[in-house]
Amino acid sequence: MDRIIDAQNLRKEYGSLTAVDGVTFSVKKGELFGFLGPNGAGKTTTMKMCECVSPRTAGSLSLFSLDPDTEGKVIRSKIGVVPQETNLDTELTVEENLLVYATFFDIHPDEAMSRTDELLEFFQLTTKRTTLIEQLSGGMKRRLLLARAMINQPDLLILDEPTIGLDPQARHHIWERLLTIRSQGRTIVLTTHYLDEAARLCDRLVIMDQGKILDEGSPQDLIDRYIGMDIVEVDNTPAVKKCLESQQIIFESAGEMVQIRTSSPRVIADSLLTECPGIRVISRPATLEDVFLLLTGRTLRD
Amino acid sequence: MSAHIPSFSMILGIYHVWSRNMRVFRKNYKVNSLPPFVEPLLYLGAIGFGIGSYVGEVDGMPFVRFIAPAILAASVMNASFFECAYGTYVRMYYQKSFDAIMATPVSLREIILGEILWGATRGLISAGAILIILSILGLADLPGSLLILPLAFLAGFLFAAIAACFSSVTPSIDALSYPSLLYIAPMFLFSGTFFPLSLLPQPLQIFAFIALPLTHVVILSRGIMVGDAMPLWPVNLLWILAGIVIASIIAVKLYEKRLII
Repeated sequence: MDRIIDAQNLRKEYGSLTAVDGVTFSVKKGELFGFLGPNGAGKTTTMKMCECVSPRTAGSLSLFSLDPDTEGKVIRSKIGVVPQETNLDTELTVEENLLVYATFFDIHPDEAMSRTDELLEFFQLTTKRTTLIEQLSGGMKRRLLLARAMINQPDLLILDEPTIGLDPQARHHIWERLLTIRSQGRTIVLTTHYLDEAARLCDRLVIMDQGKILDEGSPQDLIDRYIGMDIVEVDNTPAVKKCLESQQIIFESAGEMVQIRTSSPRVIADSLLTECPGIRVISRPATLEDVFLLLTGRTLRD
Repeated sequence: MSAHIPSFSMILGIYHVWSRNMRVFRKNYKVNSLPPFVEPLLYLGAIGFGIGSYVGEVDGMPFVRFIAPAILAASVMNASFFECAYGTYVRMYYQKSFDAIMATPVSLREIILGEILWGATRGLISAGAILIILSILGLADLPGSLLILPLAFLAGFLFAAIAACFSSVTPSIDALSYPSLLYIAPMFLFSGTFFPLSLLPQPLQIFAFIALPLTHVVILSRGIMVGDAMPLWPVNLLWILAGIVIASIIAVKLYEKRLII
């Protein structure tokens, strides 16, 4: 069984609103697969269909070669879900959250207890065992959500914006844990609008916008394909523009900065610094963010 | 689809949801166990012994003995209704517990039935507490009155299911005060609770019989606890059973419409 998720022309409509507009993708076993896109791109809706909690409007979808419409119960027993919005049980302690969640998977209490021990250890929550949820920090709540999603030892872990609103330490902790989980042979699907997160974690990702998949590939593959070169950024001043035009260098205005895609960043930077003294010149390798902005534009999203 | 044939896994799912709520209830038992004892004492004291001293006898029994079974029935109604109106809504909307459980093999239908079963249990707990008080005060004949417990469970089931219908469609928690005010409060007063149904104009009597389920629960409670006549008991019981089935099905459908989108 190579394909964990297989979606063909998957659609989701809410009345006249099309949230997911015919997406096709597949996720292989053992992969860390990402959905990258701005707010409102349809990432969460796609995840909800994969989690078998929201029925699709059209297209085909299978998880573990099973149809969510008829085998939802079986599929849900094999996946772990970390939702975007924290929905821990606030009336229970950290430990009880895991134990009670285990009952929903018909896990025997003894087994649930030993898994709880392991998971609390793995996510560094052992000292918070008997703490009530409201006394946890944002990072701890996220870690507990992850631990809860792992209680049924899922073959597939689905995470919707796993590190949203966390400080750098907490993000790195979660990234590290996710890579460990993947190395155990589990498949992970995540959505994010953090480009560094996608670039760092994902084996393969799709870029989604307005309900459609714009492209697919590994982060490096996408960068090579779309940008293919380094980027030089210079202050956006008339003098700089004039200088670039006189040398017939192609550039793009991006707000305060002018961007030049080039395979010889050094030559361009040197010549700009000679021609227009006193300006700020940054030369850097292209990132996923450049691809993302190229594909989805610079217009603000709600 | 096997929508209405309860399978073993479905029963297990319902039980898990019920036991999650039971676990939380037991954690807070000190807070939760006092109200069922206090509330009936207030009514018995003020209305039964207070007003009752002016009323004298009703239907051939002292007034306090007349209202004791009705107070038990009304407490079951309140406990079960409020659990599945407010409690269920808070778990669904504010705590997002249903979203969390729906990501597991437990289905929404099992969640709602588990909630209703829990609401029924709250009614049963209330009935148990009041029965203890009424027995001490000599207002319930034992052991015959123990039959009130299975009745309280069924009545609780009914009121919990009705409440779940309301919480499934309410746009906000504040809007839940409408069914409380316009349905539960009149039912509390006009179901033969504090005066015999026969004192009402006939159209209202018929209305109470058809639309106010507490009427049936009060008739049965009074029959069980103080040996009042209940010639139509099979009809009363049938109304409650049919109400349970219909309200539960409607509640599940409405919740599915609200949450499976």
